[in-house]
Amino acid sequence: MTEANTGTPALKQGFAEMFKGGVIMDVVTAEQARIAEAAGATAVMALERVPADIRQDGGVARMSDPKMIKEIIGAVTIPVMAKVRIGHIVEAQILQALGVDFIDESEVLTPADDQFHILKHDFKVPFVCGAKNLGEALRRVGEGASMIRTKGEAGTGNVVEAVRHARTVLGEIRAIQSRPAEELMTVARDLQAPYELVRYVHEHGKLPVVNFAAGGVATPADAALMMHLGLDGVFVGSGIFKSDNPERRAQAIVKAVTHYQNADILAEISEDLGAPMTGINIDDLIPAERLASRGW
Amino acid sequence: MTAPRIGVLALQGAFREHRQRLESLGAAVTEVRLSSDLRGLSGLILPGGESTTMARLMTEYALWEPVRAFHAAGGHLWGTCAGAILLSREVQGAPPQFGRQDSLNLLDVTVQRNAFGRQIDSFTTDLPVRGLEGEFAAVFIRAPAFTRMGDGVEVLASYGDRAVMVRSGRVTASAFHPELTPDARLHALFARQCAAPVATA
Repeated sequence: MTEANTGTPALKQGFAEMFKGGVIMDVVTAEQARIAEAAGATAVMALERVPADIRQDGGVARMSDPKMIKEIIGAVTIPVMAKVRIGHIVEAQILQALGVDFIDESEVLTPADDQFHILKHDFKVPFVCGAKNLGEALRRVGEGASMIRTKGEAGTGNVVEAVRHARTVLGEIRAIQSRPAEELMTVARDLQAPYELVRYVHEHGKLPVVNFAAGGVATPADAALMMHLGLDGVFVGSGIFKSDNPERRAQAIVKAVTHYQNADILAEISEDLGAPMTGINIDDLIPAERLASRGW
Repeated sequence: MTAPRIGVLALQGAFREHRQRLESLGAAVTEVRLSSDLRGLSGLILPGGESTTMARLMTEYALWEPVRAFHAAGGHLWGTCAGAILLSREVQGAPPQFGRQDSLNLLDVTVQRNAFGRQIDSFTTDLPVRGLEGEFAAVFIRAPAFTRMGDGVEVLASYGDRAVMVRSGRVTASAFHPELTPDARLHALFARQCAAPVATA
């Protein structure tokens, strides 16, 4: 029997491929994790407070209590993700030691380092990172991220920022594809992105890793819109457990991601879900309250 | 001979990779999301992903019986990782809250979910597979293993003392992910099976 390799880039990125066409749901208790699993979530994100509450409560948002993460790991069989602050190497080491399946180095928590992200190649556990544009996405992949989520404005129930950043990333990919090969070094300079990754995007017309939408998804139609724009799947946070009927809404969003091209099915599953989360108009947020702008 | 038309269950997971690999071999591919998509297919691949998610969507869109009927009518099936779980008779390690997990019961095996551990235990290894010259670079991601083989189930590959690829009649199941490696040999084998006339018992 030949030797087994673990923690390789192929394994980390391959794992992320398995989430495609799926919904990853924020949960704060084992009970919510069970609801998410029963609704068909492909993974859960264990965190202490959903973004809407982080927004409301203020203060410093940190990695969750390991006890809560262990309870959630024990409650479900789907993969469990958890968040660390940007640049917080030790929080990431703790989550890896707990057996978490994926780490989100997340701007939704308060950043721990205002200049540097974690060198994710150093870890066996895969990482997902947020991005507002292609340069940011490729810098994170260069550091070893195995999955990207385009940033929306978490905890607002308002999809506009998720759409803006998805269109930015996907538009920049299309723009690179149309450039002649000899211009790519200059493109890399302008994007502040690794040259080899810019070449990958030029050749393949996509990011080297799976790309999900996140932030502000509140309805099945929102989720289907993000798939329609060309993303691989959806993260849903406050949108589910801050709505009137989390079970039904969670199930409907899972179905919307699978059948995003079938308007008849979308019409059927969007009916009578109860009230969605109230939501916040992003124009009303003062700059310091905007989470998507964190990260660089 | 016309190219076989092969379906890939596209509810969730790595269905695009299977599609691309099959198309690179000249097969015509249909993404299957509803039972009407099964019409005219000679084979169906059930991809990797999350078996609980796929099982839930199989129930929501009433796909269990149509896939069983497709098999009964002579269709070939191949499940990879989560897809292998969907094919098996008995599933161990179902979510504690469910107690049991629904499956197609088309392959008389017991399958153990996450048999090798969590993501940090996922691994790649060069695996000898019966019927292939040389080893196959197999990718195991939170992979299952087959722990009980019923009558007529042939073990095609093992890792240590655990069966990781099995076949019975027109149903094949692999615990690993052939769609994540550039090696197209297993897809070529499946496409050839789908092209051959279906033997009725």
